[in-house]
Amino acid sequence: MSTLRKLNSVFLTPRTDHQLSRWLLFVLALHFGILAAGFFAPYDPADQDRDRPYLPPMRMHFLDAQHHFHARPFFYALRLAPGSFDQYEEDVSAPIPLRFFTAGARYHLLGFIPARRHLFGSGASHPTPNNPPPRLYLLGTDAFGRDLLSRFLFGGQISLLAGLLGAAVTLSLGTLVGLTAGFVGGWRDDMLMRLAELFLALPWLYLLFALRAFLPLSVSPVQAFFLVVVVIGVVGWARPARLVRSIVLSVKERDFVRAARGFGASDFYLLHRHLLPETATVLFTQAAILIPQFVLAEMTLSFLGLGVPEPASSWGNLLAALQQYSVLVSYWWMYIPALLMLPFFVGYLGLASALQHRSRPFKMEAGVSQANSELPVAVSKEVAGA
Amino acid sequence: MRYLLRRASHALFLLFGVSVLTFLFSALTPGNYFDEMRLNPQISQETVAALRAQSQLDHPLPLRYIHWLGGVAHGNLGFSFAYNSPVGPLLRTRACNTLLLAGTATVLAWLIGLPLGIWSASRMNRAPDKLVSAGTATLLVLPDLVLALGLLILAVRTGWFPTGGLTSTNYNGFSTLQKFRDLTAHMTLPVLALTLSALPNIVRHVRAAIADELQSPFLRAAEAHGIPQRKLLYNYAVRAAANPLISLLGFSIGTLLSGSLLVEVIMSWPGLGPLFLESILARDFYVVIAGVLLSMLFLVAGNLFADILLYLADPRIRTAERSQ
Repeated sequence: MSTLRKLNSVFLTPRTDHQLSRWLLFVLALHFGILAAGFFAPYDPADQDRDRPYLPPMRMHFLDAQHHFHARPFFYALRLAPGSFDQYEEDVSAPIPLRFFTAGARYHLLGFIPARRHLFGSGASHPTPNNPPPRLYLLGTDAFGRDLLSRFLFGGQISLLAGLLGAAVTLSLGTLVGLTAGFVGGWRDDMLMRLAELFLALPWLYLLFALRAFLPLSVSPVQAFFLVVVVIGVVGWARPARLVRSIVLSVKERDFVRAARGFGASDFYLLHRHLLPETATVLFTQAAILIPQFVLAEMTLSFLGLGVPEPASSWGNLLAALQQYSVLVSYWWMYIPALLMLPFFVGYLGLASALQHRSRPFKMEAGVSQANSELPVAVSKEVAGA
Repeated sequence: MRYLLRRASHALFLLFGVSVLTFLFSALTPGNYFDEMRLNPQISQETVAALRAQSQLDHPLPLRYIHWLGGVAHGNLGFSFAYNSPVGPLLRTRACNTLLLAGTATVLAWLIGLPLGIWSASRMNRAPDKLVSAGTATLLVLPDLVLALGLLILAVRTGWFPTGGLTSTNYNGFSTLQKFRDLTAHMTLPVLALTLSALPNIVRHVRAAIADELQSPFLRAAEAHGIPQRKLLYNYAVRAAANPLISLLGFSIGTLLSGSLLVEVIMSWPGLGPLFLESILARDFYVVIAGVLLSMLFLVAGNLFADILLYLADPRIRTAERSQ
C-alpha cells in the first residue's frame, strides 16, 4: 500500500495538478473576457441601430472587388436589397476597415474604471458626433438593431454572476446545514437530513419554477436578478449539505480533532480550524459542478420570461428571441450566442473532473473512477448509492 | 418485505412533505389569479368576489391544505381558474402526451445507451472507447436549451420535420396509417432532443459499472479458469453490474414527467411543461401544485419500482433483511 501511495504521489498527482491548473486557467480566461466585456464588445449593449434590424453577421474580406489584397481586413456595409424589407446585400462601394483599440461608447471597466477604448471598431479614430463611423456587426443584430456580440458579452456578466452568486448562496447554505447536522447530531441532524432528502427528491426544474411561481412576476431587472439568484441558490443546498455532513461525521472522530477537544478547544475553534478546512476540496468540486448548472438555470428562467427581463441582456433572454417562429426561420444568426456559450460549459466540466481526480487519486489508473467522476450531473452518486 | 415497506413509507413521506412544502411556498405568493380579473372592466366586482369566495382562497392556509388533501383523497386535485375546469382531466391529457414523448425517448436512450456502454467498457481505453467517451462528453456539455434550439433550426432550414405541436391541423381527416406517420414526424424532433440529452448519462453509468466489475477479483478468477471473453462480459460482468443500473433505470422512469419540461416548451409539444409554465404565469395555483405533485409521484414511483426490481434481482438485499 505504501509503495503504491508513493508511486501515485510521484506519477499521478503532478499530472492531475497540471490538468487542474490548465482547466482553471482556461475558465479564468473566459471569465476575464466576460468581466472586461466593455473592452471586448465594440458597442454599448443597449445601443439601437433602428435602421438595421436583424442584420446578418458581416463577412470579413481581404480581397476587394478588384481582387486587390489588403493587409488590413475590411468589411462591406450592408444595405437593404432592392424590393425587400429584411434581405441585406453587401455594398461593395463602402468598405469598412477593421481597426484596433478604437475610441467608442463609454463604459466602465470592471464596473468602476471609466473608459472608452474598445478592442476593435471601425473607421475613423476621431469620430465626430455628426459623422459617426459605420458600425461593424460581427455577429449581426437583433430585432432592435442591437449588436449581438456586445449583448452576448454583457449578457454573460449577468448570467455568470447569477451562477457564481447562486453557487455561493447554495454552498454557504449547504455548509451551514451540513456542519450543524454533522456536528450537533441527534434529532436536529435527523430533521435536517430528512428535509435535504425532500429537496433532493424534488425534480429540480419544477422546484425552480414552483419557487419562482410564488414570487412576484413583474419586477425591475435588478430585483429580478437577485430574485433569480436567491431562487437558484435555495434550490440546490441539499447535496452540498449532505456531503459536508458526511465529511464532518468522519473527521469529528479523527485523532487530531479528539486531541484538540481533549485540550479544551471550543466548538467554534474545532469547526473553523479542523472541520471546515477538511471540506474545502469537496466544496470546490461542488462549486465547479454547480456554477454551470446555475448559469443554465438562470438561462432557462430568462429564456422562458421568468428571469432577467429586457432591456437588460442575459444569455437566456438573448436566446428567447428564437421562440418566435419567424426568427427561427429567417434569422439563424440569433443562435450564434448559444454556441459561444459552450466553451464555458466545457471549461467547467473539465475543471470539475480534474478536481474530482485530485480528490481521489488512488483509483485513477483503473480508468473506472474516471468514468464515474466525469458525471457532473446530480444523479450520479445519489442513484448509485441509493 | 420489510425492506419494501420501509421504502414505500419513505415514498409516502416524501409525497406528503412536498405537498406541504408547495403549500407553504404558495403562502408567500403575492397576488393571485383574481387580482388580474379584478382589473378587467368587463367583469363586475361582485362576480370576482363571488368566484374568489368559491375558490376558498380566503380561508387560512392549514384549513385550505386539509380541504385540498381531502379532495385529493377523493381523486379531486382542485380547480383550474384559468381553464375553468377540474385539474384532474386537464392534467391527464397533458401527462399522456408527455409520457408518449418522454417514454419513447427513454426507451430509445436505453436501447442505444446500454449496448454502447457495454461495448465501450469491454474496449476500455482503446479507440472505440475513446470515441464513445468523446461523444458522450460532447453531449454532456451541450445544454438541453442549446441542443433543442439547434435541432429546431436544423429542422426549419431543411424542412425535414414539422416543428411544433402534436399533430397536423387536418389530422382528424387522416387514415390510421397517415395518422401514425404524422404523429411520428411530429415526435421525431423532441424525441431526438430528449434521447440525446439522456444518452451520455446512461452510457457513462453503464460503462463505469461494467468496468468496475471487469476489474473485480471474481472476474479475474473466472478469466483464469479459461471462460471465453464474450461469456465473461455478458454472463458475468453485465449481471453483476445490474445493481446500480437498475437504480438508474428507476430514476429515468421517475423523471419521465419532469425531465422533458424545457424541450416541450421549446418544441411547443402540448405536454405538462407548457401547461405548467402557463399556470405559473397565470397564477393558476392548483395546477402548479398538481403539476409538481404529479411529477413527484412519478419520481417516487420510479424509485419504488427500482427498489422492487433490486429486491428481486439482488439476493444480498433479501439475506440482509432476513439476518436482521
